[in-house]
Amino acid sequence: MADRPAHNYKGFLGWVEDRFPMMETWNYHLAQYYAPKNFNFWYFFGSLAILVLVIQIVSGLFLAFNYKPDAAYAFASVEYIMRDVPGGWFIRYMHSTGASAFFIVVYLHMYRALIYGSYKGKRELIWLIGMAIYVVLMATAFMGYLLPWGQMSYWGAQVIINLFNTVPYVGNELSTWIRGDFVLGDATLNRFFALHFFLPALILPALVFVHIVALHAVGSNNPDGVEIKQGPKGNMWSPTAPTDGIPFHPYYTVKDIVGVAVFLFFFFAIVFFSPEMGGYFIEKPNFEPANALKTPLHIAPVWYFTPFYTVLRAVPDPWYGTLAMFSAIIVLFLLPWLDQNPIKSWRYRTLAHKANLIIFALVFIVLGWMGVETVTPVYKELGTRMTEIYFLFFIVIWVHSRPATVNYLLWFGLLLGLVVGIDLWRYNGEVKDEAHQILVQFIWPLAYLAITLLLPAFVSKWNMEKPVPDRVTD
Amino acid sequence: MKKLLAGIVLSTAALFSQVLLASGDTVPLDKANIDVHNQESVIRGAKYFVNYCMGCHSVAFSRYNRLAADTGLTDKQVQENLIFTSGKDGEMSKVGDNMVNAMRPDDVEEGFGAAPPDLSLTGRLRGGDWIYSYLKAFYVDPTRPMGVNNTVFPNVGMPHVLWELQGWQKLEKNCTPAAGGEQGKAAADGAHAEAPHCTEHLVNMKPGKISGPEYNQIVRDITAFLVYVSEPAQLHRKTIGIFVLLFMVLFGVVAYFLKKEYWKDVH
Repeated sequence: MADRPAHNYKGFLGWVEDRFPMMETWNYHLAQYYAPKNFNFWYFFGSLAILVLVIQIVSGLFLAFNYKPDAAYAFASVEYIMRDVPGGWFIRYMHSTGASAFFIVVYLHMYRALIYGSYKGKRELIWLIGMAIYVVLMATAFMGYLLPWGQMSYWGAQVIINLFNTVPYVGNELSTWIRGDFVLGDATLNRFFALHFFLPALILPALVFVHIVALHAVGSNNPDGVEIKQGPKGNMWSPTAPTDGIPFHPYYTVKDIVGVAVFLFFFFAIVFFSPEMGGYFIEKPNFEPANALKTPLHIAPVWYFTPFYTVLRAVPDPWYGTLAMFSAIIVLFLLPWLDQNPIKSWRYRTLAHKANLIIFALVFIVLGWMGVETVTPVYKELGTRMTEIYFLFFIVIWVHSRPATVNYLLWFGLLLGLVVGIDLWRYNGEVKDEAHQILVQFIWPLAYLAITLLLPAFVSKWNMEKPVPDRVTD
Repeated sequence: MKKLLAGIVLSTAALFSQVLLASGDTVPLDKANIDVHNQESVIRGAKYFVNYCMGCHSVAFSRYNRLAADTGLTDKQVQENLIFTSGKDGEMSKVGDNMVNAMRPDDVEEGFGAAPPDLSLTGRLRGGDWIYSYLKAFYVDPTRPMGVNNTVFPNVGMPHVLWELQGWQKLEKNCTPAAGGEQGKAAADGAHAEAPHCTEHLVNMKPGKISGPEYNQIVRDITAFLVYVSEPAQLHRKTIGIFVLLFMVLFGVVAYFLKKEYWKDVH
């Protein structure tokens, strides 16, 4: 076993340090962890995600003091918290707002990784662990949403659990196994409560820990995508540290506190002034107790799931729709191997790649919007087209890996052919509304492929990569 | 290139116009214009509620003394003026009790076809405008078991409890001649208040004890009470929120200057 580094801590601190690597850990992860000095706005969301996790665990603990995971009492116990528990409404709104805030923060955190290529340069595992966190977060949020036992809780869970019914051969057994009963009921509520406590309180912190350990071993990426460890050494804090690095503590701790203040301003603005957030953070039908005999007119999942819900609805066959929905999540895991361009940051990538990333963000938002709307022929087709672009994005980002040598026209032809092929297969002239929409909204994938594949083929400015600097730029 | 761009813009515009048209329409509601901070209005609403509604409906998640505390009444005032219910033991409800009645849901279901829902959260579920409009929208309809129907909640099982005050209304349909064959269809389908070529409106056929504006005020008070009781915390939460946000601004400013001071080393 290797010797631990010598230390000069005296007194109690020295006594502890001889027995436990307290300051060693503090230094390794904070005081002597050198992060690039050019972090920008996008780099607030990692620490904010930890803050929201703490808010959720602490507020969740206090909610659990008074919540009853029993189909007969759950709804009433939530109202008891809202009315009779001192400060209960505040704790509950923190928790319900925190759930949505968690996803906002995590989506921005993930998008940061996309635009600066933070999954590259031996950072694939950081991305994979992060994706695992995201999946656990979704599972936690889904199970937490059942707990208030309102109409939307009940029917939202009903819809999602019934997806497992579509699995060939074992579907019914599988969904019965998940519910713990033949119908959604008390047994389901009980296990969801147990899992909703277990996953975020034990699994999530463990995954976050591993996420950070992996990050601090490789080192943080930055908006320039420059490896500061490969640059010159020596700065005012240490002769061996990267010149472009600064100690995380105190510089980024004080900077992140500013981020925390701004975040909490908006967070509390929602908690105190608009906790329902117009029915998006707390859905109106959830003010009615769960009723197995009365289906709400319009079942919409909470906003953070709606992009994937739209993907599900875009495919007519339930089993293939379920597969598509899960694929939309799984394909994100593969990003480090799909985007093979050695340049990390979009600052130095082609305009076509930048457009691809911006369109992807817009498409994700439209997918989310479609998921809360009732299905009309226009919306149905828009959802389908956005689903197509969502998946095309992952092929196009792969095509963009080698802008100098790739045959854009070939790929444009192939991908457009794929879209047309799917259209021919699903086109039915007898259903006039839908057929008309297929034709009109063909413009979306066409425009998408034209911007990301034709523009770089014909306009050289769109296919130009810029030289990556040796050092960070600001 | 220009043509392509123009094409994209045009088709986007066309799509958006369709998208806007596609958004669903519902029964137009009257604005309730309630103020939950108006204690007199909430108290009057509570008074009407316990007199007219509570025979069938409960607000089970609220306690009588919470109402007292939030409206500035004393427990004694509430006990003497607002409590008409008794518990299962037959004894008069106490101020600390939840606002429930002794009616058995099964019995009522037999009488009205559906158990009267608990109204604790109706203010949040439906909103104030809905409650206000609903209570004004009963009309005589001999085809219904209770002799009345409602334009806001078609085929509702509830009788027009406030008929003595409001009097009776009837539904008049005005159909444009162009509607032709549609007319009969729309008339047969009472649930479709928004049939394409017909307009429907309620007209008074027999006045009640009080005038229209007075009735509106009573309904507004009931609405204010129900909206208040759906979330008692709303009375205080914004006031607290202002102080929390002011603190966050102050904290943010201090944090910003702290950061600036530290970062002098870096730049």
